[in-house]
Amino acid sequence: MDLKLQKIIPQLITVLVVVLVFGFFTYNAQINMENRGIDFGYGFLSQESSFDVQFSLIEYDGSHSYFRAYLVGLLNTILVSVIGIIIATILGVIVGVARLSPNYLINQFAAFYVEFFRNIPLLLQIFFWYFAALRALPLPQDADAILGVFFLTIKGLYVPAFIWENLNVFLYSIIAAIIAIVVIRIHARKVQETQGKQLPVFWISVGLIFIIPLLSFLIGGVSLSFEIPKLKQLATTSFKYEGGISLPPELIALTLSLALYTATFIAECVRAGIQGVGKGQKEAAASIGLNPNQVLKLVVMPQALRIIIPPTTNQYLNLTKNSSLAAAIAYPDLVLVFAGTALMQTGKAIEIVSITMLTYLSLSISISILMNWYNKKIAIKEK
Amino acid sequence: MSKINFLKPDKENINTFLYMGSFLFVISVIDVSLNSFFRLNITGFLPSSLSFVIPIILGFIGLHFIRIEHSGNKFLDQVNKNINTSNFNAILSLLIIFIIIKAIPPVLSWFVVDASFAGDSKDVCSGTGACWTYIKVWFRRFMYGMYPNAEQWRINLSFIALALLGSVGYFATEKFKKYLTLYYVVIYPFIAFLFIFFFISGGPIFFDFSYGIIAAVISIIIGFFVPSKFKFYYFIFVPITLYIALKYFIFYEELIELGKLDGLNWVETGAWGGLSLTFIISFFCLIFCFPIGMAFALGRRSDFPLIRYISIGFIEFWRGVPLITVLFMSAVMFPMFLPADFFIDKLVRCIIAISLFEAAYVAEVIRGGLQALPRGQYEAAKSLGMGYWRMHIFVILPQALKLVIPGIANTFLALVKDTPLIFVVGLLEIVGMLNLAKTNPEWLGFAMEGYVFAAIIFWIICYAMSKYSYNLEQKYKTER
Repeated sequence: MDLKLQKIIPQLITVLVVVLVFGFFTYNAQINMENRGIDFGYGFLSQESSFDVQFSLIEYDGSHSYFRAYLVGLLNTILVSVIGIIIATILGVIVGVARLSPNYLINQFAAFYVEFFRNIPLLLQIFFWYFAALRALPLPQDADAILGVFFLTIKGLYVPAFIWENLNVFLYSIIAAIIAIVVIRIHARKVQETQGKQLPVFWISVGLIFIIPLLSFLIGGVSLSFEIPKLKQLATTSFKYEGGISLPPELIALTLSLALYTATFIAECVRAGIQGVGKGQKEAAASIGLNPNQVLKLVVMPQALRIIIPPTTNQYLNLTKNSSLAAAIAYPDLVLVFAGTALMQTGKAIEIVSITMLTYLSLSISISILMNWYNKKIAIKEK
Repeated sequence: MSKINFLKPDKENINTFLYMGSFLFVISVIDVSLNSFFRLNITGFLPSSLSFVIPIILGFIGLHFIRIEHSGNKFLDQVNKNINTSNFNAILSLLIIFIIIKAIPPVLSWFVVDASFAGDSKDVCSGTGACWTYIKVWFRRFMYGMYPNAEQWRINLSFIALALLGSVGYFATEKFKKYLTLYYVVIYPFIAFLFIFFFISGGPIFFDFSYGIIAAVISIIIGFFVPSKFKFYYFIFVPITLYIALKYFIFYEELIELGKLDGLNWVETGAWGGLSLTFIISFFCLIFCFPIGMAFALGRRSDFPLIRYISIGFIEFWRGVPLITVLFMSAVMFPMFLPADFFIDKLVRCIIAISLFEAAYVAEVIRGGLQALPRGQYEAAKSLGMGYWRMHIFVILPQALKLVIPGIANTFLALVKDTPLIFVVGLLEIVGMLNLAKTNPEWLGFAMEGYVFAAIIFWIICYAMSKYSYNLEQKYKTER
């Protein structure tokens, strides 16, 4: 009895404290809102927003609702995160491998990169790229074309747009190619298990992924043309590019700094992962007659990935959360559009901040649930 | 002399290969250097694209010639082993060497040669180099924000005093070593708080806060003498009672007025800024987030399900949201949750928000350390008859914390790097001040210098911290 009480009392006290604190907050919030004449509710989401956003992936202007403004912000956040993650991963893997290179110059160069970029606050890097580095770019009328089609100017990067005809046929052909590759892989494994023969799966796959989409161009009526941005004069000194896709400088500065910053952490994860595979594993693999490529593919990489992937996912999450720094350079992401402009207009502080936080929270919790599941799946099953 | 095969350098013709290889390599380096330092192009007679790649081709052939295994020449072997193991590596090495040579002149000229240091107006900055005059003129603002110039000695004096008090650990004799933990955990933060409260601020802004600190310190000190049986209940009730007593009965306003240092002007926290604010915020958040994080780490491993779930909820909540939204919350949402007449200073709200945010990360790091300890440690402590707190304080935490020094150092580094985000609530530390100075109409166009200056400062701080944590890790590494 005494023991049971000892277990219950501390828990009760903790819960009581938590409930009291929350109760105190809600009570105050109610009184404050009554005093200021604000009513609580999410009805404002369907009201007309009447503000404009300078860069959005979906159609949006002032006549749309606040909810659509929220979607615009969310999509912009996701856009920055996805581009940033792709660049950061490529760069991070290269630098991480370079840090293990036997070449003294290369690994010192990689170490310098890592130490340099990760010890400077991200916000400072974003400001540097946006206010200092990108401002040194030429005006639209003075810009030279890069490779003939890209234009990097102070007003952003202009790239040619793809104009597809029968895009769906092309997509179907890619899906068909992927299915064919999967089938061939299964077949190849069966052949290897029953007859011990190895089929050149890799080259067959490469061939398929090129040939089938190519066929769709020749037979399926798919065609692709480019719309190259063209300089257009608005006034005597004002120029702009028309056609193609324009990426605003905010987006470039943000993705660049996020990628450069996060790549340093990913590089460290990759290095730790590769170093974490025991030397004995490689030697054992070599001694049973695997060639260096097979050692890497069948022995080192599966073990290294087990170490690399969890912290790297964490870095992806950090990158996504850090993309909220966009507010500092006025890139219209979730925080700027919703927790900034929409909050200023409606004054619904509690609702808007809670929605914003919940969005990020659900994003990161779903990823961490996925991560835990993956971790359990690949964990070494010890006897 | 035997036949020479140029595709396969061998040891027999080592001298021929060595002379030819180094000659080609040196030629390529000289070509690039002349190009870079004196704008001379000795291969200018060739087509431009060929002239561009010729140093790489020459250097590559040169490195290929000197790639002789087991040559017997120590220096050559060392070079081959380090930068010249294969064709691919040779090209990469060459590229890096050339990039460095190419990069030196522009960087040097921007930083030093063409830069302007003298004077105190924009007029001296007409060159192509950096304008360090800008930094010189704005230096006080970058360091102290809007803090009045005449009062800045207060910040300097406080920081010097705190640095000296902080270094006590190095000079302590054996006799006092055992009190060091108590000193650093309780007394030093208290002194630091008093310095910032009475000296830097010089006014009654942190009142409620200071009652809380005094109550906590007194109750912790008395707590050492309370029998362990009642300790739990003691720590739940006494600090709160003490706080209420202090606030409403003992220290009424006149006494506070008496306690105020005479002759110091009050500087409101809105005027604080620059690098000193970065230090103040990092310091306080560091002090607060550590105990909170430790509590939640223990809570997450507690046997009581309710406490465990509350801890998990707390940790996952703060880890799931970006700091910028937390600061937004502290700025626009938090005042709604407090009674209308109850005002908390902006800076204090900021410090609370960042502390809670970082505490969640500290909690996860410490939990990692707790999980890494073998179960035998817990069982051994229990079998000696230790209770929960005794076991954790004397056996578990010292070992666990030792394991997580790198992780905690990383979290603190992240904290320092996160401080610029307080621009969201309108506080301007060094990065914020830079952005303010950048828009000053008299000093337009010097953004680059400002950011480079701040980057150098942050880089030095962060790099020193990471090196220090590495040393600490080595020092406390015990063999298992």
